[in-house]
Amino acid sequence: MRLDPIAAPPLSRQIGLPALALVATLLVAMALALIAGADPLATLGLIAKGAFGSKFAALETLNRATPLIFTGLAVAVAFRAKLWNIGAEAQLYAGAIVAVLLGTGALGAPLVLPVSALAAMLAGALVLLGPVVLKTRLGVDEVVTTLLLNFVMLLFVSYLLEGPMKDPMGMGWPKSPALIKEARLPRIVDGLRLHWGFALALIAAVVVWVIQSRTTLGFEMRAVGQNREAARFAGMPVNVVLVKTALLSGGLAALAGWSEVAGLKGHLSSDLSPGFGYTGIIVAMLALLHPLGVVLSALFVAAIFVGSDSMSRAAGVPTYIADMLLATALLFMVLALMLTRYRVVWK
Amino acid sequence: MTDPRDVVMRLDRITKRFGALTANDAISLTLRRGEVVALLGENGAGKTTLMNILFGHYVADDGRVEVFGEPLPPGNPRAALAAGVGMVHQHFTLADNLTVLDNIRLGTESLFSRGASRATARARVEALSRDFGLAVHPDARVGSLTVGERQRVEILKALYRNARILILDEPTAVLTPQEAEALFATLRRAIAQGLSILFISHKLHEVMAIADRCVVLRHGKVVGEVATAETSGAELAAMMVGGEIALPEARPATAGKVLMRLDGVTTPDKGAAPGLKRVTLDLRAGEIVGLAGVSGNGQAALADLISGLILPGSGSVTMDGPLARWSPREAIRQGIARIPEDRHKTGTIADFTLTENAVLEGYWQTGFSKAGLMDWRAAESFAEGIIAAYDVRCPGPAARIRLLSGGNMQKLILGRVLEPGPKIILANQPVRGLDVGAIAYVQSRLIAARDGGAAVLLISEDLDEIMGLADVIHVMSEGRLSPGFARGSKTAAELGLWMAGQGFDHAA
Repeated sequence: MRLDPIAAPPLSRQIGLPALALVATLLVAMALALIAGADPLATLGLIAKGAFGSKFAALETLNRATPLIFTGLAVAVAFRAKLWNIGAEAQLYAGAIVAVLLGTGALGAPLVLPVSALAAMLAGALVLLGPVVLKTRLGVDEVVTTLLLNFVMLLFVSYLLEGPMKDPMGMGWPKSPALIKEARLPRIVDGLRLHWGFALALIAAVVVWVIQSRTTLGFEMRAVGQNREAARFAGMPVNVVLVKTALLSGGLAALAGWSEVAGLKGHLSSDLSPGFGYTGIIVAMLALLHPLGVVLSALFVAAIFVGSDSMSRAAGVPTYIADMLLATALLFMVLALMLTRYRVVWK
Repeated sequence: MTDPRDVVMRLDRITKRFGALTANDAISLTLRRGEVVALLGENGAGKTTLMNILFGHYVADDGRVEVFGEPLPPGNPRAALAAGVGMVHQHFTLADNLTVLDNIRLGTESLFSRGASRATARARVEALSRDFGLAVHPDARVGSLTVGERQRVEILKALYRNARILILDEPTAVLTPQEAEALFATLRRAIAQGLSILFISHKLHEVMAIADRCVVLRHGKVVGEVATAETSGAELAAMMVGGEIALPEARPATAGKVLMRLDGVTTPDKGAAPGLKRVTLDLRAGEIVGLAGVSGNGQAALADLISGLILPGSGSVTMDGPLARWSPREAIRQGIARIPEDRHKTGTIADFTLTENAVLEGYWQTGFSKAGLMDWRAAESFAEGIIAAYDVRCPGPAARIRLLSGGNMQKLILGRVLEPGPKIILANQPVRGLDVGAIAYVQSRLIAARDGGAAVLLISEDLDEIMGLADVIHVMSEGRLSPGFARGSKTAAELGLWMAGQGFDHAA
């Protein structure tokens, strides 16, 4: 078996193969359902119904997609510049902490929302700044530092929730006091359980897209990602670009935590994120690092999570199927991407 | 053909298409025992594609290869090796941290074999290097060898595998004239022992010196096949480009004022590559300074310094006064046009479009962007201007630059750096790997820029190029710079001695 590169892949290949990857993912899902002793088609149907079958379900999916859009954008921005930010989880919690710090009475309306959002972005940016300065100054691998900071940050959050940030009225539960009403993100439509964080996430995706395609910074980020040596020779300040990329990426990830606290939960607990930071990597990869694609892939991933939850209750297939589906989707997508650029020659 | 000697290899109507491009169009070629055939052609003429098919890296769409009368199974490098075809690539395929002997044995037998087979292998390698005049110590680590020695290891490797046919891809591109002579001596011995050689080169005088026959490719087709004895370099060049090429007519230079002065500049060594050692150099308006020397003798440090990538450790660089800051961007701002040595790795970004590559250096200037927002329309019309003015053959400004041949890529870089009207031009190996037509084009642009009052620093390992273009020639050896020699005041042999490190004032 050999791989022949394809100079200019035809559009049919570029669209057909990823579509095929999705079909293959669904086939694997059906096989998994069969193993679990359920009717494959019915299981798929239940997942779809659980994700989009009712107004409540659809809104739940959109709510779940919101933090994933933010972390997906954070990863996409960083990976585009070949800055391997695996620490979106830590940056997310940094944003969540700021939402509590400023949202429990320190500031009142109308300042509290915009100020705490900006402060949250700043906090997330600072969390990523350390690893990036270590990288540009000393060559320390940012994969290791950003990944390990996730655990440091989670322990720090546990400390806060057991200590200085513990809710005195929380009956001993490790959670923060609730945000004041003025610090909460309002719902987009009265009576519907969907907060403005979702709209903000969509706006963020468009802003990132404009930055990448229309600004000098976006041009620099892409150049640094594609060929650092050529970018440096052409006079681009590579390290400055990496730092700016980190600030943007960390800030986006922080908004995920901020909007979860301010929009959905209303307080901080150490189970705020079921790994949104890590799932953001899958979201970004499925979207081929394209900011608008991130919105679609976040919706897809959220639908699988929400749908699997509901399906599990109805059909008795474990919710682990969601994780397996995402894993297979990612594997098939990576394979499909490779096959758009290479032709396999069997012999 | 009346020639009675055995045909050892026959290519029969080899055709290879990449999408709309036919890289090889029904190419037929025969190679006989004890014969050197040169394969000539412009960049993009299809030579490399043909070699890759021969060696099994690509599969031909049509046609077949026969070696010693047996058809060669397509797409299988091992079969090519087993059939006795050895290839010496332009970029060596050696493991730096292994010894010469282990490199030669690598891939043919286990490196952990018992002492006896190791001793046998050593004896064979020693015998081969004696027989073919390939002096190299079997226990030396490849990382410590010179480029010329590494090439000998590559040839030994092929011979060790009982290659009867050697394919050499641009073998002299990295050698000094003396090393090239030694290579030719080896090749002559190989022919005497009945080997056959397919020799790919851009250098016509070498082809004339070593080859029995020349096969000329153009646009993927064989356009001519001549016996070397019955042709001339000019005729071959014409065949390659499809018409008489005009070599650049250089008017004598009228040197003006000094635009850049290096005074006693020293830079730190970078690994095995020496830095500059107290280099003093003037670049004057309207003058081409040629920098000759064997690769890896400090040219990279000088190029990096002028490009803005490194700072002088000691000594001073002045341009209208001492330099306050120094960086690639500052160099661009000061009007230095930089043509980098490696256009693929340093000069362009392969997956960027022509437009994006055209503004890679200048995107921050007003005209291409405003308040941080790119003006892609302006960038595209800039790229279109370059494509038209510099004759860049391409599908259009939105095409990715990786699809372009080396010559067209270089023309885009040329346009990018020359359009702003630079004061100083740093041309580092500007024509390496280009075809005859593109070489003449690039050189004529450099001369035109000089005539327009620019100072040109031409760095090249090709002495002919330096002697043909430069008004003043310096030689670099181990980071030291020779005095400047006026055009025509030194012969190639005299310069070769300087290149080998003789004549430098050791007290300095």
